[in-house]
Amino acid sequence: MKRTVFAYPYIVWMLIFILAPMLLIVWYAFSKGGSFTLGNLITAFSDPVYMRVLLRSVWIALKATAICLLLGYPIAYLLSAMKKSTASLLYVLFIVPMWMNFLLRTYAWQVLLDKSGILNTLLAFLHLPAQNMLYTESAIMLGTVYNFLPFMILPIYTVLIKLDASLVEAAHDLGANGIITFFKVILPQSIPGIISGITMVFIPAITTFAISRLLGGGKFMLYGDLIENQFITLGKDAWPVGSALSFILLVLVLASMAVMRQAERNAGEEGGILW
Amino acid sequence: MVKKLWGFFKNTYLALMLLFLYAPILVLMVFSFNESKTMGNWTGFSLKWYQALLKDGTIMDALGVTLSVAVISAVVATVLGTLAAIGIHSMHKRRRAVVENISQLPMVNPDLVTGISFMMLFALLGLKGGYVRMLIAHITFNIPYVIFSVLPKLRQSSNQLYEAAMDLGCTPWTALRKVVIPDIMPGIVSGFILSFTLSLDDFVVSWFATSGIQNLSIYIYSIARRGISPKINALSAILFVAVITLLLIVNLKSIREEREAEKQAKKLRA
Amino acid sequence: MKKLALFLAFILLFGLFCGCARRGGKDSVTLNVLNWGDYIDEDLLKQFEAETGIYVNYTTMATNEEMLVKLQQPDCIYDICFPSDYIIEKLVADDLLYALNKDNIPNMQHIDGRFLDLSFDPGNEYSVPYMWGTVGILYNTTLVDDPVDSWDILWNEKYSGQILMYDSIRDTMGVALLKLGHSINTREQSDILDAEAALIEQKPLVLAYLGDPIKDRMIAGGGALAIVYSGDAMWCIDENPDLAYAVPATGTNLWFDNIIIPKTSQHTAEAEAFINFLCNPEVAAQNAEYIGYSTPNSAALEIMGEDYIDNPTYNPSQELLDKCDIFHDLGNFINVYNDSWNRVKSFVG
Repeated sequence: MKRTVFAYPYIVWMLIFILAPMLLIVWYAFSKGGSFTLGNLITAFSDPVYMRVLLRSVWIALKATAICLLLGYPIAYLLSAMKKSTASLLYVLFIVPMWMNFLLRTYAWQVLLDKSGILNTLLAFLHLPAQNMLYTESAIMLGTVYNFLPFMILPIYTVLIKLDASLVEAAHDLGANGIITFFKVILPQSIPGIISGITMVFIPAITTFAISRLLGGGKFMLYGDLIENQFITLGKDAWPVGSALSFILLVLVLASMAVMRQAERNAGEEGGILW
Repeated sequence: MVKKLWGFFKNTYLALMLLFLYAPILVLMVFSFNESKTMGNWTGFSLKWYQALLKDGTIMDALGVTLSVAVISAVVATVLGTLAAIGIHSMHKRRRAVVENISQLPMVNPDLVTGISFMMLFALLGLKGGYVRMLIAHITFNIPYVIFSVLPKLRQSSNQLYEAAMDLGCTPWTALRKVVIPDIMPGIVSGFILSFTLSLDDFVVSWFATSGIQNLSIYIYSIARRGISPKINALSAILFVAVITLLLIVNLKSIREEREAEKQAKKLRA
Repeated sequence: MKKLALFLAFILLFGLFCGCARRGGKDSVTLNVLNWGDYIDEDLLKQFEAETGIYVNYTTMATNEEMLVKLQQPDCIYDICFPSDYIIEKLVADDLLYALNKDNIPNMQHIDGRFLDLSFDPGNEYSVPYMWGTVGILYNTTLVDDPVDSWDILWNEKYSGQILMYDSIRDTMGVALLKLGHSINTREQSDILDAEAALIEQKPLVLAYLGDPIKDRMIAGGGALAIVYSGDAMWCIDENPDLAYAVPATGTNLWFDNIIIPKTSQHTAEAEAFINFLCNPEVAAQNAEYIGYSTPNSAALEIMGEDYIDNPTYNPSQELLDKCDIFHDLGNFINVYNDSWNRVKSFVG
């Protein structure tokens, strides 16, 4: 029996619950009163506001993903080098904050960052000038990194703990120091985990919506807010353009994933298969 | 010396990161004991929100829905997703690319779009039950996270093990259970944990996919218009303390066991 | 592995236990109610269940528009909803509401005649008013020394970085339109562009465009001036006595949240019994005191006493109300508002 069989139950599920609803959205994006049209797509592209917002959202998501990777990789690496029991405790400790409600945590950040908030009280105690932290772009960044960091740590950690230890030893035996071993042996081997992590952080981060509203004070409109506006505030008549907006995002993300896949293939990683 | 410094640096870094993640949690726990209803405006110590919480049937209902949906959807998504990953891993290139790309859709789509598309689909299918709708929606957006947690582990493990097990006369199921699954276990566990986490916290998809039933997130978003009640802080504090206590009990035991085993080993060597 | 399974089973059991704590009997009718969060005294639900034997499945929503999406679905299951004025217009236009049988709602007689037969539902064919209020300026008296008597103060550079605006198209565009002396329901493109220019001019002064957190920030002293609803202002002033509420004498937006029954409801008689229950003066008074918003029920207001009747925030003068306007559904013209709003929100100075 071929192993592909194991995927069949999922494929049935996928066709009904992922593909079919998606086709409904695509249908909305490309139809007007029952007939095919590119009008919605053109509306979405021709409004300079939409594209500006899209670019800014992608840029913020990219920055947040980079920060998550820089902060998260060392955490995953340190955990993977620990004793198994300690590591598994810490690993869960890095996830548990996410089990508290997202909105509540973000409200708590408001209390921390507010002008008369906890961090500024601490600064005043140290005789440092108060900072305007809430309702800035940095606050959005902080909120995004905060909410997605665990999604970067987990996949990298799972790959690192099963690293081929003999390769690391071999590198040491051949005289490579810690830094060289890391960049030549450990990092390349953990690439599948990194890519999974980037996927889980970057893609949802583009369309996250409450963070920009609560920590950015609604002053920095992001793509998620725009789509929400289309679907909810404007009501059913605006669904076609809203669908077109999410379709554009979809194509953009899938294309960039394909590029990433190609790049990895070119790098010659184990025959070049992404995951 | 260098080693000590490195160790110190390591621990400080992890501690700082944990502080970053737990700072807001501490804030919301502290304000569960606040006399005032406003988070950030401390007026005095009080336990009244804890009392009010226990009497609040709506919150308790919502908590029940949240927890049961999170567990069931995460378990189903982990099983389906793990099997799917194993199957996808051995597909031909082109077919695999297609399946992988479609699997990414729930991650790529804004939650809102996923939610609305579910709403339309369920209306078309004539599916009535609010609870079942929520379960299906949660399972669906969880599966990709399982698949993309398990696939990197599959890439790491050797393909030949499964074939070898089959050659030795295992049925596919036994080969799977005895050889493949143990090898990719860390990926499965992290896929499960991610699913559970996402399900606990989902508001947007749940809101649109179901009606007549609500989880805690829907409840919290809807009371936000009039101000989040410290009852919710109190609930979070209770859940948080319960989870951390359970974790410590379970893990400290295994840490102690591991230490004991090490000592034994040392003794034997000596 | 076993530990994990045990742990999960425990959570699941606990979850099911919580979920089963409160369920109606098999043969009793269940009313599916969709309301704003924290917008009813839940003790009243228990009282209603005890009095009538009808079980209430109470769920909550965050915005009018989210609720509208639900009501537009063909398989809508709700029996009672609480939409605002302009949404009712839309629901009536889409023929989504059930025409009330007034014989089943005798308590409607307690509703103040001023709040019946309003433009969004002439003759109250489909809706009964639930709560009402004004939109005004909440300000911190320790930070603001100018008189707060006009919308212009929200454009005063002295308060740069201390002004909080509402993160909602109609409310904030509405304030800009009022400042400029235009109607809040204007369908003139030029009026909208004026309002857009005014809001872009104001943006550098604005600390944030927020929804509900406005109240928290104002109570914590994080802002000097903010747009709020009158009912919320009552609560904020209660929490922080430095705050005060003012409505410019030139008039403002008057809003109503109303009780309706969707056309798809299977239990209209029971739903009408529920509406009648909420209009009972005793019940309405208890409910209004819990929520803190103004009640349209004059008998209830009598019960609540002078503290409420004489409070100009809670019970503004008829003179002011005469100058106020209710939002109307704008139909497709909302797109013009939205385009302007998007340009304001995405404007980077």
